Amino acid sequence: MSERKIDEISGVETTGHNWDGIEELDNPMPRWWLWTFYVTIVWAICYTIAYPAWPLINSATTGLLGWASRGDVRQEMQVAEAAKADYVAKIADMPVEDIIADDNLRQFATAAGAAAFKVNCVQCHGSGAAGFPGYPNLNDDDWLWGGTPEEIQTTIAHGVRYEEDEETRYSEMPAFGDMFSREEASSLAKHVIAMGQGGDLTGPGAQLYADNCASCHGETGAGDQALGAPDLTDAIWLYGSSEAEIIAQIRAPKHGVMPAWQARLGDVTVKELTVYVHSLGGGQ
Amino acid sequence: MRYGAEIVGVGVLAFIALIGAALGVDEPFRQHMWVLFFTVVAFGALLMRNTTFGPKQPVDQSIYMDGPIRYGAIATVFWAVVGLLVGVIVALQLAFPDLNVEPWFNFGRTRPLHTSAVIFAFCGNALISTSFYCVQRTSRARLFGGNLAWFVFWGYQLFIVMAATGYLLGITQSREYAEPEWYVDIWLTIVWVAYLVVFLGTILKRKEPHIYVANWFYLAFIITIAMLHIVNNLAMPVSFLGSRSYSLFSGVQDALTQWWYGHNAVGFFLTAGFLGMMYYFVPKQAGRPVYSYRLSIIHFWALIFLYIWAGPHHLHYTALPDWAQTLGMVFSIMLWMPSWGGMINGLMTLSGAWDKIRTDPIIRMMVAAIAFYGMATFEGPMMSIKAVNSLSHYTDWTIGHVHSGALGWNGLISFAAVYFLVPKLWGRAGLYSQRMVIWHFWLAMTGIVIYAAVMWVSGIMQGLMWREYDEQGFLVYSFAETVAAMFPYYAARAFGGGLYLLGALIMAYNITRTILGHQREEAPIGGVAHKPALQPAE
Repeated sequence: MSERKIDEISGVETTGHNWDGIEELDNPMPRWWLWTFYVTIVWAICYTIAYPAWPLINSATTGLLGWASRGDVRQEMQVAEAAKADYVAKIADMPVEDIIADDNLRQFATAAGAAAFKVNCVQCHGSGAAGFPGYPNLNDDDWLWGGTPEEIQTTIAHGVRYEEDEETRYSEMPAFGDMFSREEASSLAKHVIAMGQGGDLTGPGAQLYADNCASCHGETGAGDQALGAPDLTDAIWLYGSSEAEIIAQIRAPKHGVMPAWQARLGDVTVKELTVYVHSLGGGQ
Repeated sequence: MRYGAEIVGVGVLAFIALIGAALGVDEPFRQHMWVLFFTVVAFGALLMRNTTFGPKQPVDQSIYMDGPIRYGAIATVFWAVVGLLVGVIVALQLAFPDLNVEPWFNFGRTRPLHTSAVIFAFCGNALISTSFYCVQRTSRARLFGGNLAWFVFWGYQLFIVMAATGYLLGITQSREYAEPEWYVDIWLTIVWVAYLVVFLGTILKRKEPHIYVANWFYLAFIITIAMLHIVNNLAMPVSFLGSRSYSLFSGVQDALTQWWYGHNAVGFFLTAGFLGMMYYFVPKQAGRPVYSYRLSIIHFWALIFLYIWAGPHHLHYTALPDWAQTLGMVFSIMLWMPSWGGMINGLMTLSGAWDKIRTDPIIRMMVAAIAFYGMATFEGPMMSIKAVNSLSHYTDWTIGHVHSGALGWNGLISFAAVYFLVPKLWGRAGLYSQRMVIWHFWLAMTGIVIYAAVMWVSGIMQGLMWREYDEQGFLVYSFAETVAAMFPYYAARAFGGGLYLLGALIMAYNITRTILGHQREEAPIGGVAHKPALQPAE
């Protein structure tokens, strides 16, 4: 059994074991392997002396370098904040109109707002702020709640139909449900389409519109930003422009919700977002 | 009566499943119990068809028990194809989100299906069957425990079916690589302990004076996986008739336990177990002695000791305290050489047989596997360095890393072992086709190279985009923009995976024909043997 012999090809002695025909050579461990292994161990010991490593009863060794990941982050954040401190202080003190009027401040606030937009807003409004069905496009000048800096700021700060915020923008179109017959709903939708695209405004829908809709959306359908009532005469539709989609919106309107950001992001970031959104093309 | 006790046991299990289906407190649990019921009933019917009432045949204890290994080899090939197919599907789902089919086949459910099918179903079956083959031959002893080895095989397949169908039904405890819920975990524990009993029992009754190095690795794998599985899955079920449970750990302890498990699932399942496979099949196929006995001892104990501490490197820059992160990192660095010990021993075993790379496609596959093992076990410690990790963490680089390990190392060495085993297990002269093995090899290699290269590029790009700030310190890219930038890489990744799958399909065909006893007429590999020109006599 345990008979050591010399392997013919390598000239190395075997260990004398044999399992199912498998033998083992008695080669030493490669020196480079062994020494690299030692080096990693020595390095590991040194590293654990330099950095926080060994657990004790109630805490752990803090390391000779005094490094801590939280301290590291704090330091980086302080450097970043110090670099922006002048701008931020000014933005905090000034109304948005004045920020926009100042070239330097506007550029800074637009960049800052764009960054905040990427983190907080793109999920609904899209990377290019072009929106999705049900989420308004912010590049156009068709504003639901107004496009002046002050109005945009209010919308961002307090959100839309966001019940946790007492000053939130609030509008609710009634659900007309089965109040209209199928023919009535269809004629009303045709009237709404005609208001935008031109066409017969004297159909049976006209009276229905005047009785039920004009109080918010206006006689001509131009909407009312104070009430958050959308303009029905333009080609921009949040929930679709086909007759079926308009009927669906009359019978059971969908209402989007936008969170209030003031409490979450703070006054400065909200102002920066306002400057950015205002700059997208539709600001008034 | 043959299978008498087994049929009764299956009947009891079917009855329990029926109770669960009837009285389960949540809908997914009831559905899952129906799956269990029908699976078990089908298996019971199979047993009854094969039963006989003749006198019991004595089992010849002097021959090796190869039945479960034959089934295991087939299961390995079958689950390889399934796991890789689901992998290609999830890759396509990432590139083309419309392929997410609600609710059963969306990414959240198919992704654990892919990882579990590859790790536990494919690699698990490869490990169980090769370990049974190796331990009998290197111990010169029949498997211990009689039909217990069959229980291990079928019990493990039931675990796979229950885990997979559970994911699709939405049953998960949301622990990566440990998604199955409490009742499936308990079943796996029973099967795994039976596996340990069979393996250890065989070693204990060995007729060799020493235990072969492959068996050290297999044993370390079996014992450690049992420990990891039990501790990480400690949980309290909401109801014993329901699919929900709550972990005994919470917060950062929970995260650490999970990654202690998760990292060592890689360390002991996919590394230690597969080193066992390498230590048996490479010397057998090469016909050469293992390079260094001393190296195998040192690197075995170093690997076993160091691996278990490396898990915290999955939690760099998180709520995990700094000291634990440091230890996770330095232990990962120290793990580099012990991992490479296996690579050295595997590659150097071929010294004196390197010419076989040209003529023996199985050796070629083994060499490639060991090379990928070496690359992955260098990349791993490198990625555990905090500075590197701050770029690589959460990116596709990690995905590329695990795939160069899984496709390159685990996949290729398992395929090589299957090609080695099947002709021997079925008593065939050789494989149906050697040339198809070469096709398999090159398709797999091309697939891995595309996959890994693409994930390096996309992972590093992703990491750089996430941390890109402009000169004023503002974030440059939104997350959605980084996702959109990944598209060409995701498409290329699916293509690479598709090539790898194609190779596995060729293997499945080749193995099927081999089992059926066919042999393809083909020219020898490496061309016609070179005849030295005759020299005139001096």
